[in-house]
Amino acid sequence: MSEQAALTVENLQVDFSAPVVRGVSFTIAPGECLALVGESGSGKSVTARSLLGLAGEKAHVSADRLELDGQSVLGLTERAWRVRRGRDVGLVLQDALVSLDPLRPIGREIADSLRLHSTLGAAARARRVLELLDEVGLPEPASQVRKLSGQLSGGERQRALIAAAIALDPPLLIADEPTTALDVTVQAQILALLQRITLAGTAVLLISHDLAVVSRVANRVAVMHDGRIVETGRTAQVLGAPRHEQTRRMVAAVPADKPRGSRLSVTARPTATTTATATATATSTDALPSPTRPTPAALPPSPAAPRGSDGTVVLEAVGLSKNFRRPDGSRQLAVDDVSFSLHRGTTLGIVGESGSGKTTTARLLLALVAPERGEVRVFGEPWSTASESSRRGSRASVGAVYQDALGSFDPRWSVAEVLTDSLGARRERRSSQTLKRISALLDEVGLAAAVLTRRPLELSGGQRQRVGIARALAARPAILICDEPVSSLDVSVQAQILDLLDDVQRERGLSLVFISHDLGVVQHVSDQIAVMRAGRIVESGPAGRVFAAPQHPYSVQLLAAVPRLSA
Amino acid sequence: MQAELATRSRQFTRARRPGAAEAVAGVLALFFLVSAIAPQVLAPGDPLAIHPLSAFTPPNFAHGFGTDESGRDIYTRVVHGTQYSLLIGAAATAIGLSLGILLGTLAGMFGRVVDFTVNRFLEVLFAFPGLLLALLFIVIFGPGVATATIAVGLSTAPGYARIIRAQLRSVRSAAFVEAATVLGRTRWQILLRHILPNTLAPLFVLATLGIGQAIVWAATLSYLGLGAEPPTAEWGAMLSAGRTYITSAWWMSFFPGLFIVLTAVTATVLGRSIDRRMRHA
Repeated sequence: MSEQAALTVENLQVDFSAPVVRGVSFTIAPGECLALVGESGSGKSVTARSLLGLAGEKAHVSADRLELDGQSVLGLTERAWRVRRGRDVGLVLQDALVSLDPLRPIGREIADSLRLHSTLGAAARARRVLELLDEVGLPEPASQVRKLSGQLSGGERQRALIAAAIALDPPLLIADEPTTALDVTVQAQILALLQRITLAGTAVLLISHDLAVVSRVANRVAVMHDGRIVETGRTAQVLGAPRHEQTRRMVAAVPADKPRGSRLSVTARPTATTTATATATATSTDALPSPTRPTPAALPPSPAAPRGSDGTVVLEAVGLSKNFRRPDGSRQLAVDDVSFSLHRGTTLGIVGESGSGKTTTARLLLALVAPERGEVRVFGEPWSTASESSRRGSRASVGAVYQDALGSFDPRWSVAEVLTDSLGARRERRSSQTLKRISALLDEVGLAAAVLTRRPLELSGGQRQRVGIARALAARPAILICDEPVSSLDVSVQAQILDLLDDVQRERGLSLVFISHDLGVVQHVSDQIAVMRAGRIVESGPAGRVFAAPQHPYSVQLLAAVPRLSA
Repeated sequence: MQAELATRSRQFTRARRPGAAEAVAGVLALFFLVSAIAPQVLAPGDPLAIHPLSAFTPPNFAHGFGTDESGRDIYTRVVHGTQYSLLIGAAATAIGLSLGILLGTLAGMFGRVVDFTVNRFLEVLFAFPGLLLALLFIVIFGPGVATATIAVGLSTAPGYARIIRAQLRSVRSAAFVEAATVLGRTRWQILLRHILPNTLAPLFVLATLGIGQAIVWAATLSYLGLGAEPPTAEWGAMLSAGRTYITSAWWMSFFPGLFIVLTAVTATVLGRSIDRRMRHA
């Protein structure tokens, strides 16, 4: 049995109205972890779902071979699949909050698969559930089994979900983006858990868009692009010496440990006028194998480029504190005595995990909420203490880029309307001068004029964020507050947006506050860094110093958890 | 990228192509509109002309829908009655909507005290079944087409108000409203440019759905003798007149009833189809 592959896929094809997976083949041996990586739309999730018979009614699935634990599962009926799911293959999804029934205790959720597929009695099931929770590292399992999914943290929920997936000890475990929604430290723990499960002899198919994540646990990597596996091999080999252009692009896009100012995206900025050159660059880098340098920089890295800081403090936070009322009426300190100053032309990175008060800090800086103690000053002038009407005149100098770009646009407005409005012109009548300024903005953020007539809903994630940046730039701000601007983007799109922010900062001499949970990203973009935890800044200083020699134990822990290309 | 956009635009065109139900509803809506605006085109006769000799004629070639107890042609009457029903339906919905917008905006925009007061008032109105509220209003102000219209409008207002309030609250806390604040827009600019349009747009779909309901209610009131009065060619009133003869002359009540059902269904189907389109767009 152990000689046999846990999963064999040969020439898998999945069609909806168009082909989505085109001829994918791979095998996974027991005790091996294969990572299927690719960007959104590459077909990796559809591949995973087909392995469970969950591709959907509209999907047409065909393959030469599709074998789970040595048995063909091609063309199984829904009833036959039900017997296998959970027993022969377990599934862990990205969003544990919606994958667990919010009204049932997690203990019962986990016991479900035992009840359906095993002959264990109630008492034996309860014992097994406790064992499982212990196995996945949930502290004090006895008190956790009765909790609802809403009462658990993200990491605990993910552990519970994994416990449910491995309850029957299936030979194959499929984990679809299991750590994407988690904080870095929690992510590191979940990855370690997956590694333990692999070592215990289970075959694991790990699906992720993040190369750095998979490099920690996967034995082998298969890179998917456009429905095909374009490159496959040992993890170290694929990440260390990527052969395919797509792999190289993804490797290059990982921001951790790349010097400030170096470019992450492989191709030059695709502007409306230089699309032809951009493709030319792409093909030229394609023809140039560079195993020694995984950063094929289209533009030379220029960390020494004039990032002219004359030392002027443009934005200053002094002892900011902000409370929030909990649902039960008690007060919680969201931001606690936070102070920092931002110098002209530099970037201050604020990093922290969810609930650390980063976003509240951003809202305080944007004067969307007022602090209870302390104050924010812009160019030395009172900002948070001023009245909204007196602040309105200077609002143009402080711009914002949001994580949820889509939500930040009025859904009824086209891109043209959004930009016209942000220029302060009337949306109905656009003068030729306004049009000229709009096209200059589009050029600056690398968008073609064709997007103007579209509404944000009809744009891709990267295009939306570009429009968001264009809108922020329209008012000619001196300061840009970016709250998780790249968190919901694919790695290579993230790389392009980070490069774009770097460009506009340099060209316009902008000062940036860059808020992110992603240490790798923050390290790449920041001059100064503030590490936040539970509303406080636990450590701050020059980025190089904080990353090289973190002082606070929490910073040390956070840094250790950053996914790197540890090939 | 190009391919993705191509599939997308294909999806959009697919969503725009009407289904069979929508097509039928569209044709019916056209028919009702012509009936309401220019009934002479579809039924040249006089809806009130009496021909005692041809009373109670069953449907035949001369009288497609038959005649009533005074020999009036039912088809002519039904077509001419469309304007009453549509007018009452539209006017009642307009009244309900305006009241709803007023109350909902009050509750959604102006502080806790106003919100509390308006909410308790709405809850009192909600405690009465809609039709009972309308009846109460007519008891106080006397029967008639105008009072029936206002009565139906009043009884639909609380529902609209509730929806507007909820919609306002969610739009008000939307990220794009915050983004507008960051761009330095004033409260009034934000209210007029972002909050109100985004609150009201989904409401017009609801209003289309509401017209069907209002038509049924208005006909109900007329049937009870509290709205339009015989011999006015109003569907509810015709239905009521036909009730006496239902065992011998079924067509007297069947055809007005059929038209009530058809207008209500048409309005509903169209409302839903607009709703679906707005969601997809």
